[in-house]
Amino acid sequence: MLVRCISQDLILTSHLAYDAEPTRVRVLSPRNTDRHAFHNKKTEHCSVNLQLTRRRFIKGVIFSGAAATSGAGVYLAANAQSGNGGMERLISLTINGRTRRVDVPPTETLANTLRYRLNLTGTKIGCNRGECGACTVLIDGVPNYACSVLTHNIKAKQVLSIEGVKADDGTLHAVQQAFIAENAPQCGFCTPGQVMSAVALLANNPRPTKAEAAQAMSGNLCRCGAYEHYLNGVLRASGQIA
Amino acid sequence: MSTHIGFDFTPPDVPGKVTGEIKYAEDYKREGMVFARLLTSPLPSGRVVGIDATEALRMDGVLGIFTADDLPPVAPPGNPALASEYVSFVGQPILAVAAITEEIAESAIEKIRVDFERRPFVVDPLESLSPGGANAYPEGNTLVRTQEEGPEGTPIRGAEIRDIKWPQSAIDALRAGKEPAGGEFTTEWTFGDLDAGFAEAAAIVEEPFVTIGYPHHSLESRTCMAYWENGKCYFHGSSQSQSANDNGLARMLDIDPANLIFINEATGGGFGSKIGPYPYMAISGNFAKRLNRPLQLRITREQEFYIGSARSGMQGWIRMGVKENGKVSAIDLVVVNDGGMTGAGSGNSSAQHVTVAYQPENMRFRGISVYTNTTPRGAQRGPGQNEMAAVLAPIADKAAKAIGMDRVAFRRINAIDSGGFQGGGQGPVTSAFVREALDQGMRTFGWAEKNALAKQNGSKVRGLGVGIGYHGAGGRGYDGLVRIGPDGRLYIHSGVGNLGTYSYAGTCRAAAEALQVPWERCEILRGRTDNHLPHSSGQGGSNTIFTHTRTNWVAAQDAITKLKEIAAQDLGGAPEDYTIGDERVFASAEPGRGLTYAQAAARAIELGGKFSGEEYPDDINPITQRAVQGLAGSGLIGVAKDNIPGEGQPPGILVGFCEIELDKDTGKIEILDYTAIADCGTVVHPKNFENAMRGGAVWGVGLAAFERHVYDPQNGLPANTGLYQSKPPTYLDVNVETKMGAVNIPDPQNPTGGRGIGEPTQGAAAAALASAISDALDGHVFNTAPTTTDMIINHLAGNDYSTKYLKTNTF
Repeated sequence: MLVRCISQDLILTSHLAYDAEPTRVRVLSPRNTDRHAFHNKKTEHCSVNLQLTRRRFIKGVIFSGAAATSGAGVYLAANAQSGNGGMERLISLTINGRTRRVDVPPTETLANTLRYRLNLTGTKIGCNRGECGACTVLIDGVPNYACSVLTHNIKAKQVLSIEGVKADDGTLHAVQQAFIAENAPQCGFCTPGQVMSAVALLANNPRPTKAEAAQAMSGNLCRCGAYEHYLNGVLRASGQIA
Repeated sequence: MSTHIGFDFTPPDVPGKVTGEIKYAEDYKREGMVFARLLTSPLPSGRVVGIDATEALRMDGVLGIFTADDLPPVAPPGNPALASEYVSFVGQPILAVAAITEEIAESAIEKIRVDFERRPFVVDPLESLSPGGANAYPEGNTLVRTQEEGPEGTPIRGAEIRDIKWPQSAIDALRAGKEPAGGEFTTEWTFGDLDAGFAEAAAIVEEPFVTIGYPHHSLESRTCMAYWENGKCYFHGSSQSQSANDNGLARMLDIDPANLIFINEATGGGFGSKIGPYPYMAISGNFAKRLNRPLQLRITREQEFYIGSARSGMQGWIRMGVKENGKVSAIDLVVVNDGGMTGAGSGNSSAQHVTVAYQPENMRFRGISVYTNTTPRGAQRGPGQNEMAAVLAPIADKAAKAIGMDRVAFRRINAIDSGGFQGGGQGPVTSAFVREALDQGMRTFGWAEKNALAKQNGSKVRGLGVGIGYHGAGGRGYDGLVRIGPDGRLYIHSGVGNLGTYSYAGTCRAAAEALQVPWERCEILRGRTDNHLPHSSGQGGSNTIFTHTRTNWVAAQDAITKLKEIAAQDLGGAPEDYTIGDERVFASAEPGRGLTYAQAAARAIELGGKFSGEEYPDDINPITQRAVQGLAGSGLIGVAKDNIPGEGQPPGILVGFCEIELDKDTGKIEILDYTAIADCGTVVHPKNFENAMRGGAVWGVGLAAFERHVYDPQNGLPANTGLYQSKPPTYLDVNVETKMGAVNIPDPQNPTGGRGIGEPTQGAAAAALASAISDALDGHVFNTAPTTTDMIINHLAGNDYSTKYLKTNTF
């Protein structure tokens, strides 16, 4: 990647922005705004920055991660590394008790497959990097962030997404009924993930304390701050409050 | 007697949220849909010298590139959808590429070569105001409004950028906690006689303060999808508001609002960042039009950090004079706002909080809002008021202590009541009952009992705090629209957005109550323009409950008038001889003589004219006119503009009480009790009131103790773009049950009695927690929001480097 800098004070930023930034970017000195003039100017590769203390460098490395994600974004970054995400393969998945055959490249996440190939859009993508829990699904009964699981890795497993939580006759799960009774969702974007974590919790611990519920649900962020409502919903679903 | 107002119900969108069936903008697909991705600035400040997309455009599957040249020019200080020449913050969108798949669009972005010229940057307002300090824009560093500002969240109009520098002595003074004499301000007001007020004071407290802005972090990023059919644009967006977006979005798309179908059934959080149409909507709609394909522009979590707006920060100074009896005699307030790349701060709103919380007899405010090369800033839950509440509470505690007065008693003597005022113009309020709230809160919390308990327990020390949150909470003059169908059901058309507060549903209950229709016989139509939605306010500023219980009430009254007129016409007598009940209109003296609502609606259709919407009042908004035209002939139409007389601002006010345990070894804070009492008039929907109260408490903890932007002053790069890094509170951070209540005294200017409360719930919690932290540490004033664990530990260790000099980017 071509990185050329003229003025010394540009070095750190340009270095950071370029090494990690997938977009090809070049910085010109304010003195050299004409692009052709830049090419004719004597330049040097900036491998050493006299201002670059060790502390600044360490910070810079940390920040370069942030800068790297800003340009082209990280959504589907794993898939996009090879441009087309690799060769699609027809695989069989067990989703909500049904076998689904679907073409999936080996680098695709389960969240992507559920939402964009199987149209199961109840699974939400809030961050796509394992921070928020909006995409939580159960894999063999265990809550997982679907944004952080590769679809090819769950071929032999049972996946339960929010669409499979209610009964076949449409009866809502006790957790869903309790969340309605508590008016638990606010914006509702995190709610499918909250439901999934609560369903898994009660399957393993039918009468959790509020503190146990908070621990079990703590991987699910709610930006609206409806935590107490969800916890009361868990207690209601477990029959501890009516 | 109330039948709907004050009672619980299940808003109709809740079941869809727990089953995942309700759809957000990104959940929609359309045949032939293509995908756009953004290329964003890696630099905090620079000039785009050249863009070479040749290689990208040669790629199979790439459909086109969209740049600022494809949009009308936006002159500074506007916030352009795409940077035209200058980039002003890391993450600023420069162009979009569309392709048949997201992967190809992503890959194409990587092939684009952008040449930049780098410019100096600045991430601290005081650095920019210093002599020789860098300016965020080539034109200067300060946003100066040349017209009165619009409502929060609306685009800045009538403003210019100026280059303002302060003498170094003013910068040094402010950093040292003194008045920045010689500094230039762009907003200034005074009431009373400041000098006389301070001369009367028995004690004067003088403190600096700094609050750090932080992102909204709406969990649903602002992904949009648009397509065009027969000259109409169908636009799936994520917005707090519904019909309030119509005109602005239509302008962005250069179409008549009648040709816009804006679709937004559910919104994954907004918190002020999605009140109106945001600039990036212009990309999806116009790019889709150019390609003549449905187009989705997905915004990633990182991009949402960059373009999803953030709270403004403050660096400021306050001097408060207090008389012996506890009355605040004078306040002198200075606020320097960090306006990010959009420049707008909330200083005036911060000052407004001060006026409402302490009703000073004399006051001066001076403010200036400075651009920095950080993310765009905008309204965020109680903008100005809430961060001021957080830093002011410990300062007010110090003033109370200086005259030997209990902290709650101090707030009580200065509390606003229905004869009180708000803001620099000392405008009236519709009603206020803060003393009643404080009294109720003291009892519920056990203020006196808890003050009598021992403070120290090993390494842990207890702290008690009290805080006040305030926000103006209501608007006037919007329209209501209801329809009684020939099936006898009541259809309530709501142009209110669905941002998760359920106020769209709660306000519809006013129409059901007025028309005495059981809730199960009512249906709300909302969420897309072609549901014929009236002109409604933007869902910001906690206004909806007040604003739209009124609009639905007046629309229902219009329907009642028409019901009586139809009955009189068909059954004899005068309209005033009739009354309503049990979904009938009937003669008061002879209840058997009447029509069912279904019969009356059928007659309205036969009669036509005003009864069925062929005619409508002159004073309703064109948006409502179109909605009525769409409904004409389908039932009995009730439509009216809210002309309910009255004046003054309806305030939403909350008092919070907090008890914490602070571990002096670790700096960890555990909240033992949080009690909050609202003064929001009649509680319209109790369950939803609880949502606001608890959610606001979580937001208050975030503001007071966790959340902040961190920009590296050396490189201008943001350090905490992710959720984990910027730390919105989790289940484990706020593991406490909120005790709550409401004064529940109806507001006299709302037929249903309600006022809004969404925003002050955060301010009161933040203030009460900050007050408690200070109390736990013998009244130490940190002067900063947030006050993080490391700041507490540093203070206990005798280091104050993280809270000194009004630093805005602390690690």
